[in-house]
Amino acid sequence: MTRFSKYTALFLLASVPFLDIPDYYMHVLILILIWGFVYTSWSIMGRFGLVSLGHGAFLGIGGYTVAMLWNFYGITPWLGIPIALILATIVALIVGYPCFQFRIVGHYFALVTLALAEVVRLVIIGMREYTGGSLGMTPQRYGEGMSVYAFQFVEKDYFYGIVLLSWVFGIWVWNLVDNSMARYSMEAISDDEDASASVGINVTREKLKITILSAWLTAFGGVLYGQYQMYLNPDTIAGISVSLQIVFASIVGGMYVALGPTVGAVITILLSESLRILVGVELAGLDGTIYGIMLILFIIFLPRGILGSGWAKPLEILRFPKDKPG
Amino acid sequence: MIFDIFLVEAIINGILFGGVLALLALGLNLVFGVVDVVWICYAELAMVGMYSIYWGNNHFGIPLMICVVIAILAVALLGFLIHFLVIRPILGSPPINQLLVTGGLLFFMQSFATLLFTGDFRNLGLHLPVLELAEMYISFSRLIAFFTALLAMVALYLFLKRTYLGAAIRAISQDREVVVLMGVNPQRVYLVASALGGGLAGIGAALLILQYDVHPTIGISFGPITFMICVLGGLGNMIGGFIAAFVMSQLISLGGFFLDTEWGYVIAFVFFIIMMFIRPQGLFGNRS
Repeated sequence: MTRFSKYTALFLLASVPFLDIPDYYMHVLILILIWGFVYTSWSIMGRFGLVSLGHGAFLGIGGYTVAMLWNFYGITPWLGIPIALILATIVALIVGYPCFQFRIVGHYFALVTLALAEVVRLVIIGMREYTGGSLGMTPQRYGEGMSVYAFQFVEKDYFYGIVLLSWVFGIWVWNLVDNSMARYSMEAISDDEDASASVGINVTREKLKITILSAWLTAFGGVLYGQYQMYLNPDTIAGISVSLQIVFASIVGGMYVALGPTVGAVITILLSESLRILVGVELAGLDGTIYGIMLILFIIFLPRGILGSGWAKPLEILRFPKDKPG
Repeated sequence: MIFDIFLVEAIINGILFGGVLALLALGLNLVFGVVDVVWICYAELAMVGMYSIYWGNNHFGIPLMICVVIAILAVALLGFLIHFLVIRPILGSPPINQLLVTGGLLFFMQSFATLLFTGDFRNLGLHLPVLELAEMYISFSRLIAFFTALLAMVALYLFLKRTYLGAAIRAISQDREVVVLMGVNPQRVYLVASALGGGLAGIGAALLILQYDVHPTIGISFGPITFMICVLGGLGNMIGGFIAAFVMSQLISLGGFFLDTEWGYVIAFVFFIIMMFIRPQGLFGNRS
């Protein structure tokens, strides 16, 4: 993507709030950006073969920590966010360090992380006196619901701005990793751990760095989602369902390309929203059915996703060039 | 004293619950041991079986036992088709893709069930008696489930030990390359194992529907615990999986007794994560 088209695209995205678009479309755009951000965060580690089926854990930690600190102690999200990120780091370390030290990879890594996602979801449900359990919880509204202090923006235009900035930041981090030494060592590790250790790569440390980075961004995504919806539910923000959703949307879009996961978010959200409008709610499950078939076909025929595959030439413009030499 | 009675009741219920889990884990282990693929959607196969039984019995009025047989066959066919249509084309790609493709199937089956049956909870409306034994209450359906699961496992054991196909299945899980030299067609064995795995999920479905309402996301309640049991026992190790099922069901049951059901599951999952670090090859596996 040339510099010019990149800035044009950004300019267009940034001018959306001034176009006076109906609330519903703003809502869809915000959702796409939030999930695009979360999927991008996942693919930062997922592209290196660290297929985590447990990122719902970090989403849940992010969303719930900030909301609970706010509701129970009145701590502003500006302090709550760093605390949530620290918590996410601790969890990532507790699970990641032994995993990487004991060489738990592939299936086993996927299943350990899956267990982690379930643990977080069940802990949230189990603490029902504080979290509201399966019924979910609402962050307490501050004044009119428009406050920088409380990180609450009832006006969609404002939230759009925040979410857009976060998403751009996520893409920027993705590219930073893509152009860094870490990428080369991670690619070497995913090819052959022993060989990369023998050339002096600290396998555990490299993996942990990338995992923690991914956990931070995902936890922040959870905060954004919670503060936007002003409602948290353990089944939608933690647990297996959302974890799988993160993985699959990234695969469909293409996790080896910066904008791939975002394209995954666009496709999945547009699919469910348009089907809801076209067919209505009486055919609940239709979007998931189509989506499931799509996923199966993608993994069989296009495992590199829409943007990652060669045939997507017309979409070439969405790809960032790999111009950095090794 | 009364406290002890409840504790014993919890332990017994844990054992009975472990039977069904062991059966599901056995089916998953069979598929993994032979085809080397983890079916993330395994519990969803049981969900399909539960719906088939419910549908046949409630909608067409077919007698329950016939429904059960039909459902077992249907899920076995589904297992066959999953391998034939979905797994076979990507046997050569990285293992994680095979795991993920069954995740796609999970989405598909869940949503398709929602499409056909909506998200409502449904049950057969059976009222099986509850046995009272020395002030303990044990539901009859759990007893049936436990003993049927044991029977199915013994039958599978005999099949694996006594028949040619069973020997081929065991051989292929020991050495994939050499088995071909012995004149075994691995593709055929894969299909048989997948169908058998499906059939076991079908039997699991028949046992689960006696105790639980069926709804599209019921697989999520049994799926994760089933994988963890398999990994804990050593993936592909059937005896290990069998024992691990009872360990996990005791943790859930006792955790539920002392704290809350969710905490029982939390304890079981945390136990799983810790065990993965201590014995990544599984409780009873040999490091290969």
